Amino acid sequence: MAVKTIAGVQVNLTEEGYLEDMNQWSEEIAKEIAKEIGIELTPKHFEVLNYLREKTIAKENLTIRGVGKSGIVDIKELYVLFPKGPLKFSSKIAGIPKPTSCI
Amino acid sequence: MSSEKKPLEKVCLICAKGSLEDVYASLVMANGAVMEGIETKVFFTFFGLDGITKKAMNHLHTATTGNPAMRMPGGIPFPTMLGGLPGIESAVSSMMRKQMEALDMPPVDEFLEMITAGGGEIYACKLAVDMFKLKKEDLSDEVSDIITIGEFYEMCDGDRTQIIFT
Repeated sequence: MAVKTIAGVQVNLTEEGYLEDMNQWSEEIAKEIAKEIGIELTPKHFEVLNYLREKTIAKENLTIRGVGKSGIVDIKELYVLFPKGPLKFSSKIAGIPKPTSCI
Repeated sequence: MSSEKKPLEKVCLICAKGSLEDVYASLVMANGAVMEGIETKVFFTFFGLDGITKKAMNHLHTATTGNPAMRMPGGIPFPTMLGGLPGIESAVSSMMRKQMEALDMPPVDEFLEMITAGGGEIYACKLAVDMFKLKKEDLSDEVSDIITIGEFYEMCDGDRTQIIFT
């Protein structure tokens, strides 16, 4: 565990850079984490991030297939928004734990 | 930081068998690689072609005979004699597909779309396509091309490339 200051706020991160506590998340923190990965967040990104956070709170299993059926984006668009890490990067930016799904 | 990591850059999968579990093993590994940002190519050959043939791909079977790991619901070993009865393989396979769907594992056609949506590429083996007298239009629209094994190997270049045969 590491403590890091992101967007002026002290947050606890796992070794791989995921937020330890999803309640420490804010849109500013999301923008900072995204910038480190190389992604500029748009309103569409935030729609996906909020969807992921809602599903995590509801304790539902996250898969890219699920996101593809959410009505927000299809899987191709998800890859465009979060290149090379549709679930991994989006989860990291959404401040939720590292995904455990294989699909 | 420990020693420098050298992540995989490319995964090339060869699927040569057409049972439900063999095709899904290839698809899960391919999709998983695409999701990790790894360049991914899948080559379907011999009976594995069923996994990309429109008529067969969503009706794959698992073997109910000659499969010592097959169990009945509840974990009792599945008698080989029972597995050979007409309709059993079909029923067991459809049950397995339902259980997979419950885990959000998509049907084969949708799985192929997921792989190509992320930039993964699907190929059919020319020799096997000729042998089974198939045409390009018999194959899933997600198949990029029908190629020889030599052409597939040419695509498998690079230091951090792995070829996986299932």
